[in-house]
Amino acid sequence: MAKLARKVALVGAGMCKFGRNFPLQRNPDMWVEAWLNAVKTVDNGIEPKDIDACYIGNYSSDLFNHQGHLGPQMANLVGLTPKPAPRFEGACASSGIALRQAVIAIASGVHDVIAVGGVECMTEVSTTLVTDTLATASDSIFEYPAGATFPGLYAAIASAHFHKYGTTAEDLMRVGIKNHENGKENPFAQMQQSIKEMMASKKARYKEQGRDIPDWKDEFDFLKSSSNPMIASPLRLFDCSLITDGAACLFLVAGDVAKKFTDTPIWITGTGQGSAALSLHDRDSLTSFIATREAARQAYQMSGLKPKDIQICEVHDCFTIAEILAMEDLGFYEKGKAVEAIKNGETKLDGRFPINTSGGLKSKGHPVGATGAAHAVETFKQMRGIAERNRQVKFDVERAMTHNLGGSGGTCVVHIYEK
Amino acid sequence: MTEADKEFTIESYLDYIRNKKLMGSKCKDCGEQYVPVRRLCTKCNSTNMEWVEMSGKGKIAAFTSITVGTPFFVEKGYGRNKPYCFSVIKLDEGPMVSGQLVGVDESKPETISVGMPVKSTFLETEIKDETKIDLGFEPL
Repeated sequence: MAKLARKVALVGAGMCKFGRNFPLQRNPDMWVEAWLNAVKTVDNGIEPKDIDACYIGNYSSDLFNHQGHLGPQMANLVGLTPKPAPRFEGACASSGIALRQAVIAIASGVHDVIAVGGVECMTEVSTTLVTDTLATASDSIFEYPAGATFPGLYAAIASAHFHKYGTTAEDLMRVGIKNHENGKENPFAQMQQSIKEMMASKKARYKEQGRDIPDWKDEFDFLKSSSNPMIASPLRLFDCSLITDGAACLFLVAGDVAKKFTDTPIWITGTGQGSAALSLHDRDSLTSFIATREAARQAYQMSGLKPKDIQICEVHDCFTIAEILAMEDLGFYEKGKAVEAIKNGETKLDGRFPINTSGGLKSKGHPVGATGAAHAVETFKQMRGIAERNRQVKFDVERAMTHNLGGSGGTCVVHIYEK
Repeated sequence: MTEADKEFTIESYLDYIRNKKLMGSKCKDCGEQYVPVRRLCTKCNSTNMEWVEMSGKGKIAAFTSITVGTPFFVEKGYGRNKPYCFSVIKLDEGPMVSGQLVGVDESKPETISVGMPVKSTFLETEIKDETKIDLGFEPL
């Protein structure tokens, strides 16, 4: 695996507030908000004339919004016409791919500065249509007719992981509890509430309505109750990420011109992408994602770093079980050992190795095509020491990683960042 | 059309399913078997394939009991009060396939387990005037 032929730096990153933004905000509105927030983070400023291309990641505006061809539309709104404006698709890894392609294009010498975007507006259509659209990222010929839904595929993976390693539903719940704790500190998150806070507000509402106030002992008690219905065993509602509208924007520049924009660039020193058979039944393992292992292998090799060198990581927790698989497949923990680390609190904000300080897809939200770029936004903030509220980790982050997974693991993109 | 003439396409595979046969392709060069069918052996790059019938017997590799289902399953009457089971089955011959798991208590997924032996069955659904036949599995 070759090194990058030219150094590539991240010099600015921002996102819009994630949530059910439609119809007050559509893709163009969210993208411009993300762009403006990203521009604010570039120390010496950045203008359209500085930028060579606009790379947009988006999964399915075609089905969600009856709109294809997003690249030129987004580029025009920020003054980048007539520069190249391609769109990239790889299910939930779409903007991770856009980021990676921008890194490659800059490293190759073709471009010096690229604006990378991720956009997705999911709530314009009904939940049924959202579910059906997401299902097109899995195999529609053999899995779909067998009844596979997206939560269903991850639930099947969970069943295999439970069987092989003794993982339990409570282990999954710990992931959700942690990510909500982090998300409540993120002003850009869709659900800015811890599970405890949600329990309290539910109790208050029940009291107001004169209904019996539930007697939940703790978060686990609540998460095992009918307030957290089963979606696909063993995954309940709070094991699933959210349906979200959102956009994120990144500015990537060549090492030779980085000084023009900032004195403190964040270097992208490793990029990797892997793939796997779309259908679970065509894979060798149901308890590990080969696409993640391959993407991580490439990124580690390119950067020269090892798993133990990474200080924080944003992983793709589209379902709680996915965070556990990622922790193992990225090489941070041996297979079957991630749950112990979660139990010990290692991956909490104040732990030894914080994971998903943003709140993750579970709490921050998951506008699928924007998620990969949003991972980089959180990483940029943590490395710069500008994460909002009480979300900033307590140590200086010099080396970080993002992990962006597409579909049920058919695509994975991994990036390594260094100061 | 005789079996020997059947092309190694998805439609041929599905046509076998409609005739209640679980068929796969076997590489005549390296012996690798594929279910669903494949024309190109990705193990040795050969296209020298033949059709082979699977015993239909296997073990559960992964499963889930789904309460919020796909539109097709919702139409079949499944939902919150009547979950259905999606499963990935490791066939005794080696390949894995996806199918609905029936003959189990879907509302008690704790009674179903990975490794449980199953056999294939063919599930008929009446849609309008047509009968749709899908591959399924049931406990052995």
